[in-house]
Amino acid sequence: MNTPVDAMPESAPGPLTPAPPVNPAVRPLYWSVRRELWENRSIPIAPLAVAAITLFGYAISLISLPERRRAVLLLDAAQQKAAIQQPYDLAAMMILSIAVIVGVFYCLDALYGERRDRSILFWKSLPVSDLTTVLSKAAIPLVVLPLLSFAIIVTTQIIMFLLGGAVLLMNDLSAATTWMHLKFFQQTVILLYGLITLALWHAPVYGWLLLVSGWARRAPFLWAVLPLVGVSFLEQMALNSSHFAALLHSRLSGGIGKAFDFDAQGHLDSLAQLTPGNFFSAPGLWFGLAYAAAFLAAAVWLRRDGEPI
Amino acid sequence: MSCIDARGLRKAFGTTLALDGIDLRVEEGRILGLIGPNGAGKTTALNAILGLTPYQGVLRVLGRDPWTERHQLMREVCFIADVAVLPRWMRVTQVLDYVAGVHPRFDRAKAEGFLARTTIKRISKVRELSKGMVTQLHLALVMAIDARLLVLDEPTLGLDILYRKQFYDSLLNDYFDHQRTIVVTTHQVEEIQHVLTDVMFINRGRIVLNSSMEDFESRYLEVSVRPQQVVAARALKPIHERQLLGRTILIFDGAGHDQLAALGEVRTPGIADLFVAMLGNQAGAAQGMAA
Repeated sequence: MNTPVDAMPESAPGPLTPAPPVNPAVRPLYWSVRRELWENRSIPIAPLAVAAITLFGYAISLISLPERRRAVLLLDAAQQKAAIQQPYDLAAMMILSIAVIVGVFYCLDALYGERRDRSILFWKSLPVSDLTTVLSKAAIPLVVLPLLSFAIIVTTQIIMFLLGGAVLLMNDLSAATTWMHLKFFQQTVILLYGLITLALWHAPVYGWLLLVSGWARRAPFLWAVLPLVGVSFLEQMALNSSHFAALLHSRLSGGIGKAFDFDAQGHLDSLAQLTPGNFFSAPGLWFGLAYAAAFLAAAVWLRRDGEPI
Repeated sequence: MSCIDARGLRKAFGTTLALDGIDLRVEEGRILGLIGPNGAGKTTALNAILGLTPYQGVLRVLGRDPWTERHQLMREVCFIADVAVLPRWMRVTQVLDYVAGVHPRFDRAKAEGFLARTTIKRISKVRELSKGMVTQLHLALVMAIDARLLVLDEPTLGLDILYRKQFYDSLLNDYFDHQRTIVVTTHQVEEIQHVLTDVMFINRGRIVLNSSMEDFESRYLEVSVRPQQVVAARALKPIHERQLLGRTILIFDGAGHDQLAALGEVRTPGIADLFVAMLGNQAGAAQGMAA
């Protein structure tokens, strides 16, 4: 630490690092997203950890798989399908849930942390616009996490299928029953469609969280949640109605009902139950996206004047 | 085109005027020291120049409006706001990758060359580096960017004297080439006096002195006067007087060198001493005016 940074040689010979093949217009966005992933290691690690736990649990359950499978094969086709599909659905749900949780906490810290540790002054000393920065942060829950979850879920399910199939074969059972009931490609399409619609439907939620994180001087989580609870409560007390609470509820969980046409048992069995027409023509989607755009625009505007806290 | 051109630059925080209508022009190739007490408006002025804060009045930096064109401006402007702003979670290699990724005028090989002369490890995180090393890293980044304007706001705050000296030596020897412009604020004024080409005193949002160092040196003289000549010296209307080791030190504005040489040893006053002389008088709290 006492080596001086004094006189430089005329031209420092250094390794020529090849520039990654990125269009100059999107280079700042590309590097900003990469930087978010460097900073927030939990984005890949948390879903991977859940996938590892899922696989570990599934591996333990394999001990009794042949026995269970023999019992399942005595049931009717619908029950067979439900029983065989259940661990696969559970794995997808767990990984998806953790990805949503990671996305929420990421957004709450995204524009708050950089002001708290003063690093915003460093980011602002570089030729990256506030718009690019905010978009790169919004891209994490809207693009990166859904794609990452998709890849992790599909990989986990393939591993489960291979492990399960191997155990079944070793016990003189056919893996074909799993394959027949799983409809793997169909499930993958449903998963991808579900992830896209969920991200679009939740876009204003993430926009709101990013806005609060760019605005709050402390406790962004409380600022994000308490005003909404307060408004709901006020409406309940003052008007004895719950429109605002219903609005919040539909924003959090209403998208799935628009995107899918569940059967009477609440199952998804065919691609015919995907209702993109219904989803993309729902006013709630477009109002939500408009709100998301407004929240992000406000976050950009706030960051321009953003000072360390 | 001037590097920085401000007319009637104003900025108020509530009822407090941080900048009270400043006119400022910095030509290319200058090294300007912006000197002022805490709360004088230095950082506000720099933030306006860097597009970090909105302002009233006219301001052009390299021909651009910093507030509306910050990110374009940052291709040609670099700043070190404080030693602590490099993100603590980042690894040195990541810092280099990121800056190389987003900055079209960053020469990575050059930055690597600077870092090779330090003990900074590439795999270290910023939080693992000492304060001096963080500054070295930031300086290596900044010096590898082909910028036209470099703004340094207390760049050596909290560093020991070896690092401070090294910082300015590197800046002068390896970076400054008479095309670039540097604006620097610091409380360690004496250490940068020989570095500056221009000096500006700012107090309570106003410019108190704006002078090139050549003018500064010819206009202001400091004389160490023997006790028997103090009365004669005072007749020449010094702007400031202080006692030091039994001698009286007087600062004169625009007095003749030969006239003063008869009274004692004549030299250029330190910027800090002139600052105290000018602002101390202004504030009515004349420091060292015991006699």
